[in-house]
Amino acid sequence: MKKVFKMQDLECAHCAGKMEDAINKLDGVEKATINFMAMKLTIDADGERMDSILDEAQKICSKIEKDCVIIR
Amino acid sequence: MTKKQKKMRLRIILSLILYIICLFIPADNFIKLFLFLIPYFIIGFDVLQKAIRNIKNGQIFDENFLMTIATIGAFIIGEYNEGVAVMLFYQVGELFQSYAVGKSRESIASLMDIRPDFANIEHDGEIIQVDPDEVEVGQIIIVQAGEKIPIDGIVIEGSSSLDTAALTGESVPRDVYNGSEVISGCINLSGMLKIRTTKEFGESTVSKILDLVENSSTKKAKTENFVTRFARYYTPTVVILAAVLAISLPFILKISFADSFYRALTFLVISCPCALVISIPLSFFGGIGGASKEGILVKGGNYLEALSKLKIIVFDKTGTLTKGTFEVSEIVTANNISNDELIEFAALAESYSKHPISSALRNAYNKKIDYLRISDTKELAGLGISAVIDGKTVLVGNERLMKHENIAYTSHDSYGTIVYVAIEGIYVGCIIITDEIKPNAQNAIKNLYNLGITKTVMLTGDNQKAASYVANTLGISDMKFELLPADKVSAVEQILEQKNNDEVLAFVGDGINDAPVLSRADIGIAMGGLGSDAAIEAADIVLMDDKLEKLSDAIKIARKTMLIAKENIIFALGCKFLVLILGAFGYANMWAAVFADVGVAIIAILNSSRMIARISRK
Repeated sequence: MKKVFKMQDLECAHCAGKMEDAINKLDGVEKATINFMAMKLTIDADGERMDSILDEAQKICSKIEKDCVIIR
Repeated sequence: MTKKQKKMRLRIILSLILYIICLFIPADNFIKLFLFLIPYFIIGFDVLQKAIRNIKNGQIFDENFLMTIATIGAFIIGEYNEGVAVMLFYQVGELFQSYAVGKSRESIASLMDIRPDFANIEHDGEIIQVDPDEVEVGQIIIVQAGEKIPIDGIVIEGSSSLDTAALTGESVPRDVYNGSEVISGCINLSGMLKIRTTKEFGESTVSKILDLVENSSTKKAKTENFVTRFARYYTPTVVILAAVLAISLPFILKISFADSFYRALTFLVISCPCALVISIPLSFFGGIGGASKEGILVKGGNYLEALSKLKIIVFDKTGTLTKGTFEVSEIVTANNISNDELIEFAALAESYSKHPISSALRNAYNKKIDYLRISDTKELAGLGISAVIDGKTVLVGNERLMKHENIAYTSHDSYGTIVYVAIEGIYVGCIIITDEIKPNAQNAIKNLYNLGITKTVMLTGDNQKAASYVANTLGISDMKFELLPADKVSAVEQILEQKNNDEVLAFVGDGINDAPVLSRADIGIAMGGLGSDAAIEAADIVLMDDKLEKLSDAIKIARKTMLIAKENIIFALGCKFLVLILGAFGYANMWAAVFADVGVAIIAILNSSRMIARISRK
């Protein structure tokens, strides 16, 4: 299942790349991309695990950029 | 400016004032250190905070950390004012950068401002606004003048003209009335329309287009991937070099440790690859967004990159180079018959046929067909039709039919399908039916050659005569004719084999029945994509309307994008390497290093936004 989420306070392009890398390595994620200019996160992942994957993704983002929030 | 940016601006001004005051206070070393630390913390506390947090999280080589090391290092070797100034300069740069990114984001958002926010539906006699997602297929929606059509559908009441510019780049409004199909994303200019939806919002044209453009960043160009890979190695490499420098320089160049330490610090400041990481995707995104404004949908940066290297274009003939509809283009009469009579007999005789040729004849006749006048219609396979009209035997068909029936006729030589007509065994003339070449097609092909396209090929199912007429008129260099639909793939494969590796081949078709060819070519381009899901699905690049001129526009946008991306790479890397080398030999101070970091990033972002600005101005 593919879902698109808006992101808030994503300020640094380099960080977006790091987040993308880390989210891609999460278990159950087929493919994740972050569009820095559009501030959008696209996750292609197992639909049933989407919630827990998003929790993990949010943790990753907060680690890299403190204020960055994935809007669900 | 956002709240965050305003706060930062205040901090910059405050610490700048304090910094200047510090510069003029005569004090001994220890008090001076204390004084300079005040503006330093005002301007840099968040950088320090982030650096500490990132180290805790195992993110070492991040720019906050590097700036912290560099500035604290400056304090340690007694360069207090430099420590503050560098941090100040860095924050000013960051502010500018954040502002420039925000501006670019805004202009990209406005480029894609075609998403409808609501749909009007009638509920208990009142018009209410609902989320377009909630409208079901077959429901009636109401679109007032000035509003966007939210969902694809068919007009069931009212008439108006539509502005399709946001989708096609075409400025001439399109008239719609009862029964017209309308496409979401168009703006209703005059009257109120009632529309029965034929699709869900998510499946409507406007949603598809937006999805496409927003997802285009998943298909990255080689240049983008290069930058990402480069960034991964660049920072650690520079940091290691800095360490090596700090330790080895005193032994090699016989300078003091303080001096070599300072030089190493400049390395740290330059080691962030931000300029590249922001500006390259920004150029591509700007290019894709700009192209979509012109009615050209590009599904990824990789296709934009390929398009800039386009050398060979293979065209499908029907519907791409020609209009794809047959029309009577010439009437030749013989033996005292009028044009109208000739058309009338031919149309009546062909009235039972479903062939495109017969519909062209019926369109030319343009009157209701009186079937009572026709009897005894016989299809003569491979020859034509024989029918009895008003008691007279009428033969309508090709040259072979005339020969077969031993009719004395005058052979006519012309491009297109020629229909010969004989009444009671006497030749009365012929009608020429052609699939007209698109207006401006000739110019469009010429422009492509001017842009450096080396080879154009036309594929068609027509015979050699018809094919060479079109190819010669348009100046197309190569053609393959009498192809069955299935032959087109192998024809393209053949051309692919013959070309050099660095030449890019595009196939241009109308998106109907040519999905396999579209996917086989390096770039599949579908024309007239507006409203055709199949074309949007199958192609890599979709031209929303069916104008061939858009091809050269697309190539120009692609080249401009690539040029800007390359400029940025060369400029950013050039500046960084230059300052690195100067820094190693002690000729560049930390100011230059901060410029090579944030200054270069800002200039690169501004350069990228030229792409967007150029298009928004139009």
